[in-house]
Amino acid sequence: MPDPMRIRATIQDSQATVRVLMSHEMETGQRKDSAGNVVPAHFIQSVVASHNGRQVFRAEWGPAVSKNPYLQFQFGGAKAGDKVQITWVDNKGETRTDEVVLR
Amino acid sequence: MRPAGVSRRTVLEALGSLAAVAAMPRHAFGQTAGAAAAGIQWNAAAFNAQTVDEALKALGAGTPAPTTEVSWGSTPQIAENGAVVPISVSSKIPGTDAIAIFIEKNPNKLAANFYFPEGTAPALSTRVKMSESSLVHALVKTKDNKYFLATREIKVTLGGCGG
Amino acid sequence: MRRTFWWAAAIAAATALGLLGIRVQAQPSDTIKEIERYREALADGNPAELWEARGEELWKTRRGPRQASLEACDIGKGPGVVAGAYASLPRYFADVDRVMDLETRLVHCMVTLQGFSPAETTRQVYGAGTKRSDVEALVAYVTAASRGVIMDVPMHHPKERAAYALGERIFFFRGGSHDFSCASCHGDPGKRIRLQDLPNLTDRNDAQRAYTSWPAYRVSQGELRTMQWRLYDCFRQQRFPALEFGSEASIALTAFLASNANGGTFNAPAIKR
Repeated sequence: MPDPMRIRATIQDSQATVRVLMSHEMETGQRKDSAGNVVPAHFIQSVVASHNGRQVFRAEWGPAVSKNPYLQFQFGGAKAGDKVQITWVDNKGETRTDEVVLR
Repeated sequence: MRPAGVSRRTVLEALGSLAAVAAMPRHAFGQTAGAAAAGIQWNAAAFNAQTVDEALKALGAGTPAPTTEVSWGSTPQIAENGAVVPISVSSKIPGTDAIAIFIEKNPNKLAANFYFPEGTAPALSTRVKMSESSLVHALVKTKDNKYFLATREIKVTLGGCGG
Repeated sequence: MRRTFWWAAAIAAATALGLLGIRVQAQPSDTIKEIERYREALADGNPAELWEARGEELWKTRRGPRQASLEACDIGKGPGVVAGAYASLPRYFADVDRVMDLETRLVHCMVTLQGFSPAETTRQVYGAGTKRSDVEALVAYVTAASRGVIMDVPMHHPKERAAYALGERIFFFRGGSHDFSCASCHGDPGKRIRLQDLPNLTDRNDAQRAYTSWPAYRVSQGELRTMQWRLYDCFRQQRFPALEFGSEASIALTAFLASNANGGTFNAPAIKR
């Protein structure tokens, strides 16, 4: 089970700013380990965020996104008590979903 | 006894292998970014493209018009380490619904693609890997399928003893 | 003839110094500004938080042969007290009659409270991707609880003072194939290696700023790195023999550096290149 994300969301004038830290190796598949073997590609391909069930953000990532990825985005129509849910899926099909309540 | 850990050598190897890979002829690669996982939307052709033009074509962007109507926010012009380069992009072009980030000198040119539904700001911050100093492009797509390209140079350096 | 030789020698010496990367003049100000901007942009989302979260779980979960958590671990402020503890480490612990830094104290607690063997706790002291280090995560959790606390490393007990004195000797000790001491890079103002400004650890302000920014998520490592790692890596770069994890030398050097940072505000886990 992949590690949980750290999600921080703040609201100003009904505009929510969401900051996410994900735990992921983001291996490019081009690196070699100390034994000389290629470390296989293992990276997040899809990130989807929804607000009270409605999709507000989507990203497609390649292996060039940094290890332990950081992401920030903003959307409107937010108020305290609303739920923001974020899901990522990687190239091996592993997935993680975390949720935060806006304050 | 030496404890295990990631050494400077490994980092240099990683960067070195990235550079070596960049220098290899195209046909030696095949699909380096691979295929999409089941059940998700992921433009494999765009992510596997070896040139910016190929990636633009795979995204259906044709020949985007150059633009300066993009703010690069807190994106620095020098990165102390290419493994983590912060990118902040915000589009001032009305009707923007997607922004893609390209890194010219990386082996795979398309780094990431972001989609903004109605009500979401056409802006993002993230961090990317850059194999060396390079031009970075932000491709802006509007709702009526017009494409624009903003460009910025980011220098990558290795600080200290490289470790 | 002699004058030509003198100039050649001067150029050779300057080149040698240049190759060592030791510059005397300051960097151009735009470069410094852009590097500052890079560091500021990084500060906004620190992957160290992922280690802090893991460390909190390791602290609170019942583990090991004794199936105990670390919540009874005394890191200097009483059993289970984490808040502000790091700012007063290293320190003398009566139950072991020696000075310990955070890492050695955590190992001690994992062994005595949870029943792990010393070998088990130190099998992976420095994380490498999917090979994780429990000690690093615990350090992240414990140090985060000292954020904003003023450094106050005790120097009362004779063993604390002895550790400081030994650490100071090590700091100025020249050795290895390159005849380096810590002071070679960190004993004078205005030094840098390539684009990295080097803190002068004999100056109180620099010492405070440097010590209070460790542990840190090292972007170039993709890992959270602790003070034990920082010293181990310095020794490696000095071409010294490997600094053993938790060794008396590592604790002494930490005691010297931490005590010199007294009065500074602790501000870690941080994020660095």
